[in-house]
This record gives sequence, structure tokens and C-alpha cells, in this order.
Amino acid sequence: MMEALKIADKTFNSRLFTGTGKFESGELMRDALIASESELVTMALRRIDLKEKKDNILQYLIEAKFNLLPNTSGVRNAKEAIFAAELAREALETNWLKLEIHPDPRYLLADGEETLKAAEELVKKGFVVLPYVQADPVLCKKLEDVGTATVMPLGSPIGSNSGLNTRDMIRIIIEQSNIPVIVDAGIGAPSHAAEAMEMGANAVLVNTAIAVSKNPIDMAIAFKLAVRAGRIAFEAKLAEKSDLANASSPLTSFLS
Amino acid sequence: MFIDLINTYDWKSTTDLIYSKTDSEVQMALKLKHRSTNDFMALISPAAEPYIEEMARQSQMITQKRFGKTTQLYVPLYLSNFCENNCVYCGFNTENKIKRKVLSFDEIKEEVIAIKNLGFEHILLVTGEADFKAGAAYLKKVFEIIKPYMSLISIEVQPLKSDEYSELIKQGLNTVYLYQETYNRERYSIYHPKGNKSHFENRLMTYEHLGNAEVHKIGLGILAGLEDWRTDSLFTALHLNYLKKNYWKTKFSISFPRLRPHSGNFEPNSIMTDKHLAQLIFAYRLFDENVEIALSTRESAVYRDNMLKLGVTSMSAESRTHPGGYAHSYLNTELEQFSVNDNRIVSEIADMIRSKGYEAVWKDWDHILQ
Repeated sequence: MMEALKIADKTFNSRLFTGTGKFESGELMRDALIASESELVTMALRRIDLKEKKDNILQYLIEAKFNLLPNTSGVRNAKEAIFAAELAREALETNWLKLEIHPDPRYLLADGEETLKAAEELVKKGFVVLPYVQADPVLCKKLEDVGTATVMPLGSPIGSNSGLNTRDMIRIIIEQSNIPVIVDAGIGAPSHAAEAMEMGANAVLVNTAIAVSKNPIDMAIAFKLAVRAGRIAFEAKLAEKSDLANASSPLTSFLS
Repeated sequence: MFIDLINTYDWKSTTDLIYSKTDSEVQMALKLKHRSTNDFMALISPAAEPYIEEMARQSQMITQKRFGKTTQLYVPLYLSNFCENNCVYCGFNTENKIKRKVLSFDEIKEEVIAIKNLGFEHILLVTGEADFKAGAAYLKKVFEIIKPYMSLISIEVQPLKSDEYSELIKQGLNTVYLYQETYNRERYSIYHPKGNKSHFENRLMTYEHLGNAEVHKIGLGILAGLEDWRTDSLFTALHLNYLKKNYWKTKFSISFPRLRPHSGNFEPNSIMTDKHLAQLIFAYRLFDENVEIALSTRESAVYRDNMLKLGVTSMSAESRTHPGGYAHSYLNTELEQFSVNDNRIVSEIADMIRSKGYEAVWKDWDHILQ
């Protein structure tokens, strides 16, 4: 009923990717992520102890057998990102990487120029690169050209819960892309996730809306269902919206 | 430069403007999504006092959205209480006859191991302002000792030069806390009569040096108890806005330490009540969704426990405010800068945070990222 999603060497039955920040406890994070049935979870390198791996977050994720997607949140340029990525690969034994370069610490908006530079280098070094970017269709094509596994354009600024404010650009990115498009950031409600999926996004990544919900487990389930509903609708060829009423009597019957 | 901006304001008329804010201006400010410094003035004014519950509600919501249900923990390590200034409100005042001590590198290693064993990953290094005892070269050596143990290193020391900051950033410096104490230029010298700190403009210029050095985070704030906290907080907000615009890669943190009992006999010139401090924290959160807000052990346990979910994002814990407080208990509190109010050990504080439905975050940085 729902096509599996293939990214690099992995196949996913869930199209809901999740984040691990902002939860009130490690236990609740684990339980919510399990309830979401997400198969790929991202976590910030800055939160985990790469040397001792004693950190709560990491232990819970490893025990629950999630695919890990370490992210470089905190770095400000390509050089720092590449350095962090290499250490993460060694410590966590995964070559998957969510590439996040946001020199702006307030709105956490991605630096496209540095992201492209780092992506090219990291792909050459054998990483599976999933770059977080602005909803910039040209940049997304350039990233595809240098060999990233996906593109991850934002719906609206991280943590804003504002929904798909970039929908016009996301639509173009989806139309043009030959690699999976994952809408990341700004998805604040299951309806936003469903909208992205109906538009043809291959997956969405959700964190804040689940983590700071009054009931993260139920919210995780709501997102799971919304993502699935949106995807199934997309695959079933959702009828195009039309502003024109269908005329009840034909306009061209005089043309025989 | 910020000094040019601040020179366009007059202290007295700015204060009058804040106190003239009306009920309807407060109501308007509460309804907005993005707030200007003018709205901020309304929120810190006496007219906003009846709306403190509504402000708390909004502050909690915004903070949870941006920072999640988390509180970061850090610990101060006092390296030295030598000081060349004679700030009238401070226990380290050069004229106070207290024992002076600068930690040796061996002592620092023992201290940091003791701190690590408590669970901390974020450390704040504090000194009095004395370049001849604890200058940039000393700090650089301290960083080499501490870096293998701690994930995030902050300092609260005398103003340094731009190139000294750049050098320390290479050694792992993440955050610099520097307090202007008061933005009231005319009265600044009453509180800071001698030493480097007596130069209002020089101190203010240091923030530009920090920005130019691209330090990751700058902590700023005033000392509540000197001048009218409302006016001083407005200038802090103007300063924050200025720094954000000019140093867009830098994060900011603010805090509002209130005067605590200390060695010496200075009495606060203005009183900031618990309710006032809460109003100010909420107003800041409504004004700036992203700024980090710290609440130290200067505040009482019950106050910190209650403010934890209402806008604050980081807390110190188990603080000893004298050099050698963690591994060298024989160095007694005669050396301290001020006496702390919340004396709980860090495990009690972490348990309290959990019991409130929040996660205590010990580590939120890594040297591999810089």
C-alpha cells in the first residue's frame, strides 16, 4: 500500500524521520520514537560523548536499534563540518551524516555555500550525505550533482512549528529532484506533514512538534499516521485542486 | 559602535519613558508575535506587573518551543581571587583584607577531576581581574589542562585583547561572560572607582572585540542592585540587539545577578524583588525567543525550582565561589566572592529537574565542532 523508500544502501518502511532533542527525558524520547515507528533518527554530535558513549540519548537509541543519523549542528563552516563528520564516523561506526552548517545560531538557517563545499568533499570521502538546506531549488540540484543521498529543504525555520511556508519552492524541488526530498524543519502539526507527503516529498523529519507536545507518544503516533496518509494519497494520485467549476453544459458542443 | 548608540540616550528621560508606559501599551505588547524595544519597555514597566501570570505563560510556551523541556547545567571554577579593581559591591575588591589565592596548575587538575566526577561537562572559569596573576598566558595553560575533561569551557575574567580571545578560542574557549554591571555612564564610576574596570567605555568596547574574535557565545548582563533595574535592562536589550545585528554568528546569553551578601559593606542602591526578576525574565523571553537565560546559585532553591520551567535555560549548581572549592576543602570560604543561596549538591538539583518533567543537559557542545 505504501512504497518503501530507498536511500543509499538502506530501505525504509517508515517515511517519518525523527530528531532526539528537546525531550523531557531519555525514556520518553525512546518511547515516543518507538511509537512513531521511525527508522532513522538524527542526533546532535554536541550532545553525545563520542569517547565514552555513556550518554543516555545514545544508549537508548542503540538499544532500540534505530538507524543513527548523526548531525553536525553547531559547526559554522565546511572545514569544521568535515572534521566533525570524520570523528563521528569513527566513533559511531556509520557513514551516514546529516550535514548541517548554520553559522547563524538564532534561526539556524543553513549556509548553502559552505554546505555545498562540505557535501562535495564528504561524498568523496565515502559519506552518505543528507544535507539540511534552505528551500532553494538551484542549490538542491547542485547538491544532487555532487552526489548527496538526499536533499533536506526546510518547511520553515527550525523549531518554528509554522508549517510549509516554503511550499512553492518545495514543490519545485520535488519536481526537479532525482534523489529523495525530505522536508526538514518547521513541521509543527501532523497536517503539515501530510501536506508535504501529498505534494510528493519522500519523507519528513520531525522533532520539536513531537518532543515538546504535552503527550509526545500520542503525537508521535499522530505524525506516523499523517505521514502514511499523505504518502498513500500521493501514490493514489490525489486529484489536482481546481479553481474552475465544471460547467454543467458543454461549452464546445457547437463544434461538431 | 554601541557607545555611539548609547550616547544618543539620556538616562533620566529613558527611565521616565519606561515608567510612563500604560496598561493599553502592555496589552498591545502581549498580543504581538514579534516585539520591539518599545514593547519591551512596556513589559518591564510597572504597568505590566498585573500581567505577570500571562507573561509567565507565554514565556514558558516560547522557551519550550525553542529549547525543549531541558535545562543546561554548568559549574563555576574560581581560579583566582586576586583583583586590581575596587568595585564597591564585590568581595574581591582589592581593598578588602581577604586571603588571596591563585590556583596552581596541579591544583586546577585536581579541581577539574573533582568537577568531572560530579558529572559536569560545562565549566565556567572565573577570576578576579588581575592580569599579573591570571592573564591570557595563564588561562591558555589552564585550557590545556582542562580541555581533555570538559566539553564546553567558558570564562568570566578581566577583558582581554582581541588576539588573546582568538588564541583562547583556538584552545577551546566557547563562551565569554562579561558584565557591564550598569549602563548608567554618569554613575558607573561610583561603583567602579579604580582599576581597569573604572573605564566605562573600554569595558563596553570589549564586546566588540569579542564579536570580532567570533567567540561562539557572549554572556552579558547587569548587576541588579546598582541602578534602576528597569532602565539598565532596557540598555541591556539595546546592547543585545546591537550585538546580534553586528555579530550574527555569535550566540547570546543574559543573566541578572542580584547582589548577595559579601565581604565589605556596600548596600544595594535599588532593590529588585523576586517578582521583579521574574517579570524581567519573562519580558526578555517575550522580546527574544533565542537568547539563553541563566539563573545562578545566587538565587534561592525554591525560586530556581519554580523559574526552571518559565524561561530560564541554564543553571549553575553546587557552586563554590572561592578558588579551590571542589578538591581543596582546606581552602575555606574566607576566600569567597559572595555567599551562594542555593547550597544543594548537583545530584539534588538534577533530581529536582527530573521531578519537574525536564531533562538536565550536562553536555551540549563538543570540541570537535570548533
